[in-house]
Amino acid sequence: MNQTRRQVMQIGAGAAALGVAASAGLMPSIAQAADAPGWNAQLFEAKSFADVAKIWGGTPTESTDVSIIGPDIAENGAVVPVGVKSNAAGTTALGIVVEKNPTSLVAQFNMTDVSIPNVATRIKMAQTSNVYAVAKVGDKLLFSKKEIKVTLGGCGG
Amino acid sequence: MAYPMRMRANIEGDAVVVRVLMTHPEETGLLKDKEGKIIPAHFIQTVTCKNNDKTVLTCDWGTAISKNPFLEFRFKGGKSGDKVTVSWIDNKGDTSTADTTVS
Amino acid sequence: MKKRFIGIAISAAATTSFYALTLGVGLTPTVAHADSYIDMLNQMGGNPAEFNVSAGEKLFKEKRGPNHKSLETCDFGLGPGVLKGAYAQLPRYFADTGKVQDVESRLVTCMETIQGFSKEQIEKDVLKDPFAKNGGNATDIVNLAAYVAHQSDGMPMEVPQNTPQEKLSFENGKKFFWYRAGPYNFSCATCHAENDKQIKISKLPNLSTPDGEKAWVAATWPAYPDSQGVVRTLEWRMNDCMRQQRIAEPKYLSQVVIDLETYMGVMAKGHKILTPSFKR
Repeated sequence: MNQTRRQVMQIGAGAAALGVAASAGLMPSIAQAADAPGWNAQLFEAKSFADVAKIWGGTPTESTDVSIIGPDIAENGAVVPVGVKSNAAGTTALGIVVEKNPTSLVAQFNMTDVSIPNVATRIKMAQTSNVYAVAKVGDKLLFSKKEIKVTLGGCGG
Repeated sequence: MAYPMRMRANIEGDAVVVRVLMTHPEETGLLKDKEGKIIPAHFIQTVTCKNNDKTVLTCDWGTAISKNPFLEFRFKGGKSGDKVTVSWIDNKGDTSTADTTVS
Repeated sequence: MKKRFIGIAISAAATTSFYALTLGVGLTPTVAHADSYIDMLNQMGGNPAEFNVSAGEKLFKEKRGPNHKSLETCDFGLGPGVLKGAYAQLPRYFADTGKVQDVESRLVTCMETIQGFSKEQIEKDVLKDPFAKNGGNATDIVNLAAYVAHQSDGMPMEVPQNTPQEKLSFENGKKFFWYRAGPYNFSCATCHAENDKQIKISKLPNLSTPDGEKAWVAATWPAYPDSQGVVRTLEWRMNDCMRQQRIAEPKYLSQVVIDLETYMGVMAKGHKILTPSFKR
């Protein structure tokens, strides 16, 4: 299970570094001993789209093959419906990145040979931000972006 | 702690579309409680989705997935009667799993 | 009446079917209203209140109380045990109690008459603390209401106005709706009797007329407001409105709340019920 993820995202040195850092008592701030196997703490600490892309490997290119769906205005930033999709053949993973969140990578979806690269979920946004749908296609990173405004609602009714 | 999960799997065209509703506090570790103490991060980290015994999708999640997560995903090659299973592991080592039959 | 709020009319974003874009197939949105954030959440599905509907179903069918009976023979107005479409016709007049009742009040009637719970038990276990705190676990009565209401999901609101009592309930609801009180001198109408009114991003529904903007909101309860983190019913919503108005807190299941539900339900006549729905 871990093997596929590593090949796909070229985490490579990152995961090994994590192991070394752990034994040297230098754990990244959110990595914990109970972290799920294969979960890359370093990736989820990245603080910008550029940093996430660096860890994934590849220079992000905007592409109409990737699409993101979400509301123009999210009236509650804690619950924002988002759908990401890639039409590019050979998509091995999808990601959701919220540039202005404290940590930028929200989620990563690792495809298998039967996956259809089209997922949807609900995410938290700390503030108005560009939200990126990213697709890993071979050694390329393709993306599409949408600005989602986050406002504070009035009443809950 | 119990983490109920419910899901549906339907055939739509040539895809099986699975919709999963999970229970999880998805604490970011950034908020404080009434006494001013940080509420520790508690969030789902990995999700594994299978059709019968074949993995069809895995997910790596951070703290910015909304509380009581929802996931919709789709895959090819499934058929009516197949068993779809979704399992997750969180940052405390808690787990939950649920399955449904493709209708 | 002097406008108290600075209303900024933001043109509604075009409603597009969330799934239509993800699937590339044209799908009819479940809710064809111009509130695309909430629409998207509702169309996506996976409402956490679905668990409450299931919990309510389990409670409904469980043999409880001194009589060790389930609620399955409860009459919600369409005959004992008929749930489909019952919520769509609540509140309504019930001859056996001589009152116009809503779903929660009727559940209590059946808990007393069928299951044998005493008035004291009901007072202590149901009426005293019906509303969970934010992010908490819904109480039994709310889970039961969520279940019964969900059996009318997709059906048009048809709050009856047939008996003198039902008509009086509407008139009393209307009277209260326009009744100014409390330190702000607010009535419901202060916020809810004009189109194009907003508080921050909330587009305030105009509940004073069937053609009012968003008059259909009564058809979207019980709901899961993101900001509440727990399923809520109209009984809660009226209580919360009155809190915001700074007027006296209504007693749970009081007639004034039921009459307001009648009034709002009649204004939402014909609109498809969507429950449990999402709210901000």
